[in-house]
Amino acid sequence: MKYYGLVDGTEASLKNFLKSLPGVDQVGAEARAAMLGTRSIKTSSKKKAIDLAISMVDLTTLEGADTAGKVTALASKAVRPDPTDPTVPSVGAICVYNDMVSIARKHLDLVGGSHVPVAAVCTAFPSGRATMPVKIQDTIDAMDAGAGEIDMVIDRGAFLSGHLMDVFEEIVKIREVCGEKVHLKVILETGELVTYDNVRKASFLAMLAGADFIKTSTGKVAPAATPPVVLVMLEAVRDFYELTNKRIGVKPAGGIRNTKDAIKQLVLVNETAGPEWLTPSLFRIGASALLNDLLMQRMKIRDGYYASPTYVTID
Amino acid sequence: MNERLKVKKTYKLFIGGAFPRSESGRTYEVKGSDGGFIANACMASRKDLKDAVVAARSAQSTWASATAYNRGQILYRIAEMLEGRSEQFVKEISASEGISELKAEREVLAAIDRWVWYAGWSDKLAVLAGSTNPVSGPYYNFTIPEAMGVVGAIATEKNSLLGLVDAIAPIIVSGNTCIVLASGTAPLSAMTFAEVLATSDLPHGVCNILTGSKEELAPWFASHMDINGLDISGVDEPSLVSDIKTAGAQNLKRIHSFSKVQDPKRILAFMEAKTIWHPIGV
Repeated sequence: MKYYGLVDGTEASLKNFLKSLPGVDQVGAEARAAMLGTRSIKTSSKKKAIDLAISMVDLTTLEGADTAGKVTALASKAVRPDPTDPTVPSVGAICVYNDMVSIARKHLDLVGGSHVPVAAVCTAFPSGRATMPVKIQDTIDAMDAGAGEIDMVIDRGAFLSGHLMDVFEEIVKIREVCGEKVHLKVILETGELVTYDNVRKASFLAMLAGADFIKTSTGKVAPAATPPVVLVMLEAVRDFYELTNKRIGVKPAGGIRNTKDAIKQLVLVNETAGPEWLTPSLFRIGASALLNDLLMQRMKIRDGYYASPTYVTID
Repeated sequence: MNERLKVKKTYKLFIGGAFPRSESGRTYEVKGSDGGFIANACMASRKDLKDAVVAARSAQSTWASATAYNRGQILYRIAEMLEGRSEQFVKEISASEGISELKAEREVLAAIDRWVWYAGWSDKLAVLAGSTNPVSGPYYNFTIPEAMGVVGAIATEKNSLLGLVDAIAPIIVSGNTCIVLASGTAPLSAMTFAEVLATSDLPHGVCNILTGSKEELAPWFASHMDINGLDISGVDEPSLVSDIKTAGAQNLKRIHSFSKVQDPKRILAFMEAKTIWHPIGV
């Protein structure tokens, strides 16, 4: 059924639905996220959590200075994060700018990484400031180049000034362009949404419009994926599942730099959305430096002594 | 009039320019020479060591790339601050080591003097240990000593302040960053020393100070792959020394124990030679 039968595609129905959502208890959400962050994880679970986190990483490079060489190196790393240890799983995907997609795809296939999808950031990432035809062409280009996942940004200006329908229609259009095969992640840029209520509203809006994933941030704005924001989004996907029986994924991105932060995110997932979400098809972590720290912690558990950044790649 | 309630100092660790408690939450009692309670000190864990190494590593390249002159100035500035705090050190040392104030004062002054002595080496190392090498070709060939990276140190139990200076100064003067485990029995002056470092111009993370048990932590210092060198002058037990050397073999860690104090060899032990070829006339 279109829009899950929750809204009928008119502005009034969308506004009514979003209005009916309960507000977020800010103090409660922050306290709960902080409390879950203090959970102590014992060694055997930690080992499992590290491997799970590695398989959930969207290994990202989104710099103006990106080169083909950097992207191919990243692609090799995505397939075999630790070349000295074949038991380390591949990462969830690699996330690059539009023009790097074909380079990444080719190299992944070349090094035996055809199971690793390429995610492209689209629709005038990171600001989202472009006209609709440009955004659509941006998406088509990425798909033609071999992107299996599209990370689109929403127009935060429109959302904040109350033009919810513009944002909604934009996502619906990109969803149509993507079709069923290409995974659509919608970046809310929570750092610019100001309140948790807005985060919850934007999450529902994106899910109704057809997102497969809701993603916190572009990584270009601070604060990014703070634990309370991720908590609010996980609650949203859980509530959405109860309404529609459809599981939407969550992708925190930005600011998750070490193993401790990553494991805190996994605890949040398990305790909020539930263990069904603890899979790379429903939870991803957008990061670049995180992977090295995960690998170093994995070496520590394997070898019994602390590892050094000298033994992992520089990226 | 009521007797004033004393405001007692909480002794914590010094990691990355901040004063955190041990992540483990453990403390131990520091006793005076008469067995009486003086203060609680933090019992650092291997995870505190791990955090300290991360801080030291991230500070290292900036510290090493400061000019030798600038490093010397910063170290000299620390000596100025020590001088101003000398009374506090004298009191702490005489209480915890059970020596007279006069003797304690002599130790403090010796420690300051030794710090200045090491500070002076900063811009003389390249001249002393570097060289222009004779080659048969149209090239210049230079050898320059460079800092090794992150270096650990286990300070001696006796002479807590002087031992600490002997551990830290020769490591950081050349551009290394350090993690030092202070004397376990008399750790208080080490933490007061950390306050001096925190209020001087030393960049955060260049010197990190832990307190706790060397039996527990020294093997972790030795096995940590991201510590390049280790000064174990403060370890006397032969079995612990052999444990440390075994654990440190994995990453070819330079492990040294020094008997001489105030010796430039203590600096050069944690430096590496870099040789450069340069064509003549270009």
